[in-house]
Amino acid sequence: MLCSFQNTLSEMASKSWLNFLTFLYGSAIGFLLCSQLFSILLGEEGDTQSNVLHNDPYARHSDDNGQNHLEGQMNFNADSSQRKDENIDITENLYQQVKILCWVMTGPQNLEKKAKHVKVTWVQHCHKVSEENKDFPAVGLKTKEGRDQLYWKTVKPFQYVHEHHLEDVDWFLKADDDTYFILDNLRWLLSKSDSKEPIYCGRRFKPFVKQGYMSGEAGYLLSKEGLKRFVDAFKTDKCTHNSSIEDLAMGICMEIINVEAGDSRDATGKKPFHPFVTFWYWNYNYYPPVGGPGCCSDLAVSFHYVDFTTEYVLEYLIYHLRPNIYLYRYQATLPENILKEIGQANKNEGTKVKLGNP
Amino acid sequence: MLWNEPFSSRILVDTLARGQSLIGDWSGSRMHNHEHNTYTYLKISMDWLIEGMTAFEGDIYYVSLWAAVKETWTKHCDKAEFFSSENVKVFESINMDTNDMWLMMRKAYKYAFDKYRDQYNWFFLARPTTFAIIENLKYFLLKKDPSQPFYLGHTIKSGDLEYVGMEGGIVLSIESMKRLNSLLNIPEKCPEQGGMIWKISEDKQLAVCLKYAGVFAENAEDADGKDVFNTKSVGLSIKEAMTYHPNQVVEGCCSDMAVTFNGLTPNQMHVMMYGVYRLRAFGHIFNDALVFLPPNGSDND
Repeated sequence: MLCSFQNTLSEMASKSWLNFLTFLYGSAIGFLLCSQLFSILLGEEGDTQSNVLHNDPYARHSDDNGQNHLEGQMNFNADSSQRKDENIDITENLYQQVKILCWVMTGPQNLEKKAKHVKVTWVQHCHKVSEENKDFPAVGLKTKEGRDQLYWKTVKPFQYVHEHHLEDVDWFLKADDDTYFILDNLRWLLSKSDSKEPIYCGRRFKPFVKQGYMSGEAGYLLSKEGLKRFVDAFKTDKCTHNSSIEDLAMGICMEIINVEAGDSRDATGKKPFHPFVTFWYWNYNYYPPVGGPGCCSDLAVSFHYVDFTTEYVLEYLIYHLRPNIYLYRYQATLPENILKEIGQANKNEGTKVKLGNP
Repeated sequence: MLWNEPFSSRILVDTLARGQSLIGDWSGSRMHNHEHNTYTYLKISMDWLIEGMTAFEGDIYYVSLWAAVKETWTKHCDKAEFFSSENVKVFESINMDTNDMWLMMRKAYKYAFDKYRDQYNWFFLARPTTFAIIENLKYFLLKKDPSQPFYLGHTIKSGDLEYVGMEGGIVLSIESMKRLNSLLNIPEKCPEQGGMIWKISEDKQLAVCLKYAGVFAENAEDADGKDVFNTKSVGLSIKEAMTYHPNQVVEGCCSDMAVTFNGLTPNQMHVMMYGVYRLRAFGHIFNDALVFLPPNGSDND
């Protein structure tokens, strides 16, 4: 296109008005064609970039433009989760305060449908969603061995997110497709933490059990600072991925680091290399209810070993079904700093008339 | 089944401890091959007192079912009564002394009416495989008039007859109870043996009697037209939604104000207690002018 533009220029020998018009016409065409070409080139690049979607499930108005659809047929907008008489000011506020990027482990192509149920249920409540298969082809590279495969599966996703989304969110959640996370409760929990601290929450601190399934890694949560340090650790080979057991790379790195640093909650300078603070474990939310009330928190954060049906069951029980006008025994509160920022969200509580068993 | 097995096998092992002395190997096959003659019978009044009755037949699985029912949702009734086909001391049930479901139902309704007619306005009958959210039942009935002759539940059409199915639970107004009880003594109108050739289910027999008395069935629905009395468990309803409308699974499944689910195992009852009364997302607040308090003497809600 540039060539034709220059050719048009060279025709500008004559100073006649017609030639001038021709020149203008030609340059206009040239300009248009060039911009088309550039936009095509840029567009392709854009496609290989992140397919990260910004989501606001608590938007009062429908924000439904085409690019917000993760997959064409799914209803990505969770507007319908608002129930009659429901007030979600606090939830929405917390949503803005504690931004979480969710990483969906889709696994190989033929298992992609496994992640579908996760994507239409709890993942909708994430601030941003990053999809493994679209953004970085991490799996299906059976022909590649050992080190490379490890790299693609573990380090690359981190580097990718670090490169593209570090400033957008505060926390990075990578989850298996057999978990269910209650994002509102996770945000509540994290509202007491600072994402500028190097925090890593692993799902398990036990020897990893190999499942023989490609995306069998443990899910985990990283703070912004934690992500930075992890990426750095691989860059500087503090963590290596030389293990022949691919799934263990991430787990081993974390566990090695943790062992070295000890199980301390405090970020100290005791050991020479202490990039992470292990904060809290999933384990206390490992299982759904087991009898008595002391077992599981009302505001549990995650459930594991969740099959497809149960993903939807949990979504229904948590965000839809409720015992109408029932007063919950446990009333949680927000930390002071968040409360101040939100202000008087609960001002309209009013007086409650209590009925029922004395 | 997907909703059932992973939980029961992996996660809810400890829940069995609640009734372990009674249960034995409930997760396997039933120990005896009895027909399950069981009801839970509840009454609700405008004073918000609820009673429930379950009939129980000597079967270990049903012992565990009934134990679960007793320890979970019936605690939200103001009063619960249990009817059984034979005497079961440990559960303090009322012995109906019969194996026939329709006979048992008649006796139960008569008993309930005689004893509680002046105290309650609504009467709720259910099986022990049913899980009921009593607050939602109360909330639903707030808008209904108990002096009217109608009864509520999940209705089924059988020819000309529209009746409330037993599976989802049956709610009678006090007016319906009055009319029913006056007919129970008249064999021509409300016979003890309804079917001539084959046995008619007890919920149909009830419907015939009630219809004779001018009491008609009404399907209980929420504002969106969704059933609030469900004849299936949550898991099964979700599974069906996944098959028939996979793009709107949760929205298309069940009501936010569901009152009953049926076909639950004892473990599932405990899970439902947690899932309904405790587990929730932080920050979702409801500005209710009236509230129901959690019951005394209960620790799983």
